[in-house]
This record gives sequence, structure tokens and C-alpha cells, in this order.
Amino acid sequence: MALFLVNILDGLVTGLLLFMLCSGLTLIFSMMGVLNFAHASFYMLGAYFAYQISTVTGFWMGLLVAPVIVGVIGALIERYGLRRVHKYGHVPELIFTFGLALLIEEVVQFFWGKSQMAYSEPLALDFAAFSIAGNSFPAYKVFMIFMAMGLFLVLLYILTKTRIGMTIQAALSYPETVQNLGHNVPLVFMCVFGVGTAMAGLAGVIAGPVLGTFPGMALQLGSIVFVTIVIGGLGSLWGALVASLIIGWLQTFAAAYNVAMEDILTAIGFTKPENIWDHPLQDLWTLTLPQIGPILPYLLMVFVLVLRPQGLMGKRET
Amino acid sequence: MNKFKTLLVGAVVASLAATAAMAQEKVRIAFIDPLSGPFASTGNQGLSIYRHAVDELVNKKGALLNGSAEFEIVPFDNKISAKESLIQLQVAIDQGIRFIAQGASSGVANAITDAVKKHNKRNPDKQVIFLNHSAVDPALTNDKCNFWHFRFDANADIKMDALTDDIANNPDIKKVYVIGQDYSFGKAVAAAAVRFLKEKRPDIEIVGNELHPIGKVKDFTPYARKVIAAEADAVITGNWGGDMVGLGKAIMGAGFTKPIYTYYGATSGITANFGDQGDGIVKLAGAGQVNPPLSAEAEAFTTSYYEKFPELDLGQPQMANVAPMLAVAINEVGNADDVKAIAYALEGMEFDGVLTGKTIMRESDHQAIQTLTVQGQTSEGLTFDYDKSGHGMVAETIVELASLNSATTCKMKRP
Amino acid sequence: MTIASKTPLTAGTKRLISLSTVLPWAFAALFLLILPVVFQTSSALTIMNQMAITIVFALSYNMLLGQGGMLSFGHAVYMGIGGFFAMHVLNMVEYQGLWLPLPLLPIIGGMFGMLFAFIIGSFSTRRAGTVFAMISLGVGELIAACSIIIVVFFGGEEGISGDRTMGPEFFGMDFASQSEVYYLTVVWLMIAAILMYLFSRTPIGRIANAVRDNEERAEFLGYSQRNVRWISFIVSGFFAGVAGSLFAVNFEILTEENLNLATSGSILLITFLGGVGFFIGPIIGAIVFTLLQTVLGLYTEIWSLYLGILFVASVMFFPGGFAGVIAMHRRPLSLGKLHLLTGPYLKVAIPAVTSILSLAAVLEILFHKRHGFAGDGAMSLYGITFDSHGYQALGLAIVIAAISLFLVSRITPEIKAAWDEANHAGDDQ
Repeated sequence: MALFLVNILDGLVTGLLLFMLCSGLTLIFSMMGVLNFAHASFYMLGAYFAYQISTVTGFWMGLLVAPVIVGVIGALIERYGLRRVHKYGHVPELIFTFGLALLIEEVVQFFWGKSQMAYSEPLALDFAAFSIAGNSFPAYKVFMIFMAMGLFLVLLYILTKTRIGMTIQAALSYPETVQNLGHNVPLVFMCVFGVGTAMAGLAGVIAGPVLGTFPGMALQLGSIVFVTIVIGGLGSLWGALVASLIIGWLQTFAAAYNVAMEDILTAIGFTKPENIWDHPLQDLWTLTLPQIGPILPYLLMVFVLVLRPQGLMGKRET
Repeated sequence: MNKFKTLLVGAVVASLAATAAMAQEKVRIAFIDPLSGPFASTGNQGLSIYRHAVDELVNKKGALLNGSAEFEIVPFDNKISAKESLIQLQVAIDQGIRFIAQGASSGVANAITDAVKKHNKRNPDKQVIFLNHSAVDPALTNDKCNFWHFRFDANADIKMDALTDDIANNPDIKKVYVIGQDYSFGKAVAAAAVRFLKEKRPDIEIVGNELHPIGKVKDFTPYARKVIAAEADAVITGNWGGDMVGLGKAIMGAGFTKPIYTYYGATSGITANFGDQGDGIVKLAGAGQVNPPLSAEAEAFTTSYYEKFPELDLGQPQMANVAPMLAVAINEVGNADDVKAIAYALEGMEFDGVLTGKTIMRESDHQAIQTLTVQGQTSEGLTFDYDKSGHGMVAETIVELASLNSATTCKMKRP
Repeated sequence: MTIASKTPLTAGTKRLISLSTVLPWAFAALFLLILPVVFQTSSALTIMNQMAITIVFALSYNMLLGQGGMLSFGHAVYMGIGGFFAMHVLNMVEYQGLWLPLPLLPIIGGMFGMLFAFIIGSFSTRRAGTVFAMISLGVGELIAACSIIIVVFFGGEEGISGDRTMGPEFFGMDFASQSEVYYLTVVWLMIAAILMYLFSRTPIGRIANAVRDNEERAEFLGYSQRNVRWISFIVSGFFAGVAGSLFAVNFEILTEENLNLATSGSILLITFLGGVGFFIGPIIGAIVFTLLQTVLGLYTEIWSLYLGILFVASVMFFPGGFAGVIAMHRRPLSLGKLHLLTGPYLKVAIPAVTSILSLAAVLEILFHKRHGFAGDGAMSLYGITFDSHGYQALGLAIVIAAISLFLVSRITPEIKAAWDEANHAGDDQ
């Protein structure tokens, strides 16, 4: 039971972190119709910038400055790159952001090399906040939870209470009408892209010390972020939150419980073959839940797309 | 002769310029490892050790054919892909290179050993030797052994033998948690751990034995929770690269303060990332040692290495043996062209390794037998640190000629 | 429209016989036959085989992207599956005495690629666009991950290998030498390319284009857009499987790498660089990419950075890819005004090449400075050896780059003028 509670908390951290990435991606998609394949690359940039800043001034300055730098870079890329490609249509846009993801990874390696950076949590938060049955829960993860919650509330406030938020909300339901009303101004696009990437950068700053700051970090998270917003429903903030939490818990619990196929098969009446390593079904017999944990989100996405193409909470089909 | 060849020759000439060419005969060794992409730090570290060993232990001493010849390392980037490795192997052979070195990834080593075997059968006039400096899948010197393959690193079983000796001698350890990456090497490590522990300390309970998907786990916290919940006294893992950092940090972050036994828990940013937290906890089983230096010669060798490559680490001491041992074999044959004779000369060779002590290339399976150490991470009493972090590994348990008489299933077919 | 849809077959056959259609193929075949006489080393042959395989794969990918408008992030799956099955069949030939001459192996691999495309296409091709792209990504990741889990079939991380020489001899060839394998590969390259070309000329191939351009209109014409995409997808799966089998024959090993996202991504890159709008585009892309990868990789560590820059630049400025750039000159050619462009092109060539080389030099020097071995500042570039840690070399490279870029920017208006002139149909010559 204690372990269950710990896993709930760990899954919450993972889920909220995912949400920080997904919220920016979904924001960009709902305004611009662009699925930003390079979104996780901005997350990586955030972590690297924060690392670089933290070597000089410490963690907190990095937390403030790095997302801003990432946002500015994002805005510039929108202005001088994406806008150019926009006129060719959505598929070339997707291809552009795909290329961008490759390029950013190369650029990061160009400057910082290939090893993992020694980017770590600030000393002020480097202690165990509490511990459940011998499992300590780092204060930094508590901080992560509050940061992500804070971001969600701010976003929710902006989206429901401010003028620009109303526009974005409207764009979710009636994209054409909003465009006709003259809201489709390039400046808004640039700002939305900048803000969205800055949020990814912020996620990177916060996640870097926990998940590691290395050139493969974007690729590792990239497709999962995609999967999450597709499951949640493209363009839906609540959907992104729900899907992020589902995936966070799915992955945590899949890794936490060693449910073995062997037990299931024996339970339903099969007998395990004598010499399992020569058996053609050896892989089925030795399968465990943690082994397939990382592919569960993809499985879920394929199911969702086949059964409900608009996603769990999406308002319109992609 | 043709355009493509000129291009290749051009590339070789360019890389030659950097290493200050001399007029002697060049005996070239193709170094095929990842030099770009996510695993480049591994490849570049290996390349630096090769270069340093060639310079200090062979060329400067005139140790190859009485100084009438020199070794030259020709790097080939295989991008850690089996396909690219086979292409680069072909390019190297076409350039007339007869000695192929590779080590990062047992998967690639399997592909190369297979390709070398086929090549030598199909082209008896252009045979090559495969010098495996760090791929440790036991199968390479057991079921899949072949005459042209020589392994200079201790295989996973030998390392586990030394590692479990260390555990067996620690009466505090009663519960062990085994965790590794889900592929041939991870499985080999787990199987060896279970086998040796059962043999040496039947009272030790294995409270966890699991595999996680390789390179796909973003957050190791759930695994760390299981380790804590199982109340393990020690963890054994064969993880490397990002999976090692992630697992180590998560376990220590969850409040684990007991030993974590690893195969690759140091250098390439890992030591720097573990930092203070890892001192006294992270252990590593490997061939040879850097701290404390084995001899004055070893200290001089390591010091000059760090002068030349301050950004890198001498993380794989056994790699320094490859070129010098090959030199001895070539000297014995008297030329660098009779590859089959050189392979025979390497078989059973006894050698005094600069960082690995007495070293024997076992005849039965072409597995090097050398000094194995179990090292612990610390920040005190270091002659050389890793990652410029002030932390490093010091040998705590030293086993000379480890696993000299270990069994092998290899049935070597000699030409 | 209606007329076109009634008579496409005859239109197609008419074109087939014409000399202008047959001639390029005959030239290509002749060229492929002569190549190994020029490049004799087995590494050159290996690289040419690699190119041929990539061409087949890229052409099959372009059946989706270029002809069907389906952006796939998981096409490596079909090539990989075909290759894995081919490898298993190869092993059956060796160990179970199955009688199968090696040259027929690609048919088997192709069938399995097709079977998988049939199954997965049954649900993924319902929609085009983003949904299709996402499903392809999900399926790709799923199958790549399965390859590590299902060891019996995929061989885990080390993959499965075999020996191509164990089958019955085929007209006295046992395929031990690279050159025999080369001829096997190029014969299949020709077969596959011709078949794919013919497919694009069939009614179904034409309708695939119509569906790509406007789904609804195609539906109104009575074609199920989903079935059209599905059929394209299945056929494309077949040729991907053929490419996979050729890979199995050449490298005698298949690994997870043949299925993963990186391979799927690079085929997208290759096809797009070559040009998706043209049949020949993927062929150019495959050749250029393989050359870049193998040759550039020999010279520089940061080759993939250059590739990334090239790709992004291509998406931004030349969405038609290499083939698109070439095709842009068709109109001036037909107007007989191509010569108007040669002058300005020659003029810009020197500063353009200089600027590219000097910019590359800036990157190389910076990279060497940052990651080279300390104390070893010596660096050689373009045959010159210098100290990368000083500022002279870097400064010089930047100055040269600036000057040459300035020159390029000065010549650009001239090119533009010449371009407009060359594309102008008037008779003011």
C-alpha cells in the first residue's frame, strides 16, 4: 500500500512533466494547426541552456532565463523558418519541424558534445522532503509538482479569463471564423509559437536534473509527447492534462509491478514447457509488464486513433 | 586507380598529416567504432587510448619489427550500426588493412566476427584478424567463437566472477537485486550473477531479477522504488551509458545507501553525474586499474595520457594491450602480412600489460585472462580522477589472472 | 476529368511504347552494367549496392509520400519485416535444405512486406494527413520495440544473420563475391523501378494522385479514397520488402536498426531531399545521401550537422528537392534559353562554393577548438595544417565567408534577371 502511494506520486510527477510539454504543443497546434515535431528539442535546449547558466550563476537564474532564451529562439524560428514553409501546407510543415528536430540535436552536440551534462538540482532542494516506508521523496520533485500545477493554473486563467485566451479557445471550435475575424495575424502566431516553446524550455529546465541532460533526451521524450496530445485530443488543454496523467501513471505502474506472462498463462491452465529457451514461444512465456511498459503509450495511441480519431477529449478530427 | 579509391586515399592522407608521418613502413589498424552520434564518447575514448598506447608503447620504443615499422590507427565511424560497420569493414579491407579493431556494442561485434569469418573463407588471400577490445558478450568466446576473433576485455562472466567474489566476502550482504537492460548482454549479466551467487554464497537471496527495455526508460524511479521495497543490500547491474546514469541516480535519489555493483558505472559523464552521492556506493568490475597505479610505468603512461587528452578518460585499461600484443605477434612472425601466422602467434601469448598486469590470450577460446579489479568510487586517495570531477575509481579488490581456468564451450576450428 | 478516368489505360500503354520512355531505362541499365568496370573494389561495390537498395526503398516510400500524399514515420517496418523473413528463408535454405535460388529471395521478402502492409494499412489508411502520420509513428515504434522483445524471430539486439552462398547455384554463380551480388541487386533495382514506374502510370496510380490532391473530388468520381490509399500502401509495402530482402542478401544480417524510427526518418529525409514530386527524385536523393554519408563521413565528424542544415534549407527554399531544382530548368530548356543562365551560374559558382567551404571551415574550426584534444591544436583542413586554437585561422575563414557571401548577394539579382528572361516565352532573342 505504501509502495502504491509512492508510485501514485511518482506517476504524478512524470505525468505533470509530460503535461508541461504537451500544453505548449497543444497551444501551438490549436492556434497554428502545426504539429511541432521539434517540440521536445526545445525542451532539450531549455535543459542545456539552464545547465550552462547554472554553471555560472546557479540553478535559479537558469530557471528564469533559459525558458526566455528558448522562447525567443522559438519565435525566431517561426518568423524566419516555419512561416516560409507554411504556404506549402501542413505536411511540409511537419517535415520542416522533423528536420528541425534533427538539426537541433546536431547543434546541441556541436556545442556541448555527446556526454551527459552534470546538471543537478539546486542545493536548497537537495534533501528528502518526506519518506514513505523507507522510500524517500526528494524535495525537488515536490517543487516539480508545484511548478507544473502553477503553470496549468496560469494557462487556464489566461485561456478562460483573458482576451487572447478567448481567441485561442474560439480557435479550437471555430478556426475558420476566427481567421475571418482577423485574428490570424502573423504576430500572434509568432508569439504563440514563442510561448509554446518557452514552456517546453521550462519543462527542460526542471526535468534536466532528474531525467538527465544529454543529446538523446529530446528523442527519448519526443514521440511520447506526440502520442500524449494525440490521445488527449489535438488542441484540447484538458485532454492534454488527462492524457499526460494517464501516461505518467501507466508507465510508472507498468515499471513498478512485475506482472509476468508466465503467471497469467499458468493461472489460465497452461503448463510452462520444460526447456523454455528452446521453445518457440519462449518470448511469450518470459514476457513481463515492465518489459512492455514503454510501448504501452503507442499501443494506446493506435487504439485511440482507430476507435476515436479525435482523441479522448478532442473537439475536432485532425 | 579509380575515383572512389582516390577519395579514400585522400582521407587517409588527411588524417595522416595530423599524426606526423614518418618514412617507415606503416602497419595499419582499422578502428571501427562510433565516432559520431549518441555513443561517440565511447568511441572517442577508445580511439584516444589506442592512439596513446600505439605512440607510447610501440612506436616511440621502436617495438614493431625492430623499429623498421610503425603502427597507425585508422579511425572508421560505424555510427554504432551493424550495417555501417560492415561497410566500413569492407572499406578498411579494400585499403589493405588486415587488423580490425572494434568493441562498442556486442551486437556490432557479433556482426563483425560473422563477417570476418565469411570474408576469410571467401578471400583466403586477404584474411583479416578481428581485435575485439571491449565487447563482452560471453557468446563471442563460447558458442560463437572463431579463430580470427580475439577478445582483450574480460567477458561478462569473468567480470561477474570477480564482482561476486567481492560480494561473497561481504557478510553484510544478504539480499541482492539484479537489474539490467533487456538484451543479450543484460541477460548474460543476470544469468552469471545468479549462477555465481548460488555457487559462492547460497545464503544470499536474490530479491529482484529483472530486465528493463534498453534506452527507452525515461525515469527509473519506479525501479528504484522496487529496490528499496525489496530491502536489498546490494544492486548488480550491467547498464551502460544513459541507462547507467538514470538507474544510478534514481536508486541513490530514492534513499539507497548500499553498494551498487556495475560494469560501466564510471567515465563519459557518469562519474560527474553521480558526484558526491556516488562515493562509497558505486562499484565497478573491470579489467586492470588506473588507481592506484600498478607501477611507475603505469603511472607515467596514465599521466601522459591525461596530458594529451584532458577531456577524456582512460576508462578501459585493457585497450592499451591490443596494439602492443599485436606488435609482439608480428615480431614473432617477422612480417605484418602473414595474417594467419600472426593469429597463431597471438594464441596463447603471455604478456605484461601496462595497466592489466600479467595477461594471457587463452588458446582455447581467444579470451584474454588478466588482472581484474573491483573498484569503488571515491574522492580520496586518487592519483587520477574521472570526468575532471574530483571523483574517481580506486581498485579495492584485485584478482590476478582472474578466471584462468574458467570453462568455455568454444570448439575452435583452426585453418 | 471523366474522359481521363475512362481512358487512362490506353493513354498509359501508348506512352509505354514510345521511344522517349524506353530510352532513359535502357541508358540506366547500360550505366549500371558498366559501373563495376569503373569501380572495382568490393567496398565501392558494397556502397553501390547500398545505394541501389536505398533507391528501391526510397521509390517505395515515394509511392506513399509523393504519389499518395501519405506522410509515414514508420516505413522502415515493411522493409525490415521483408528483410527478416527473407533472412529466415535464407537460413531455411542453409539448414533445412529448402530449394530456392538466391535471386528469387526478394519475391518472398516482398510478399511478407506486402502482407504486413495489408494488415496495418487496413486501419491506418482510413485517413491521410496527420492521423496517418501518427499511426505510422505509433506502429513503427511498436514493431521496433517488439523486435527487442520477440527474440525468437528478430534475434534481439544482435539481430539474425545468415549465409547467402548456401543455396543452389544460379547459372554457375554462388554469390560469394561482391560483384555477383552487385548484378543481382541491380537487376532487382531495374525490375522494381520499372514496375513502380508502371504502377504510377496505371489508373490506380493516377487516382492515387487525385486522392492526394483532393480527397473529396476523387470520392465524387466514385473512387473510395481509403481503398486507393490502401492499395498504394500494399504495393509500396511489397517493394519495401524487396528492398529489405536485397539488404539481407548484401549484408547477411538484419537488426533492430532496420526497423527503427531513425531508419524511417532517414528515408523521409532521402526522399524529400531528392524531390517528392518526381519519379526520379528519390533516386537522386538515395544516390546523394549515400555518397554524403560515406564520403563526407570520412572527412568530417560533423557530417550529420551538414546533413541537417541541408535538409532544413531544402524544406525551406527548395521544397521540390534536387529533382525540383533540375525540373525548374525544363522550361528554359524547352524555350531554348538555357544558355542565358550559364553565364550567371558560372559567375556565382566560385563565390558560392567558396562561401560554403569557408562556412564549413568556420564550423570545423569551432568544433575542433571545442572538442579536439587539448594541446593538439594542429588541425588540417583542405590540405592546410594550422593551429585551430589561435584566432587567425578562424578569423580568416570568417572573413572569406563574409566576402564570398557578399559577392553571392551581389550576383543574385543578375541571376534572377537572367532567370526571368529565360522563362519568358517572348521572342526577344
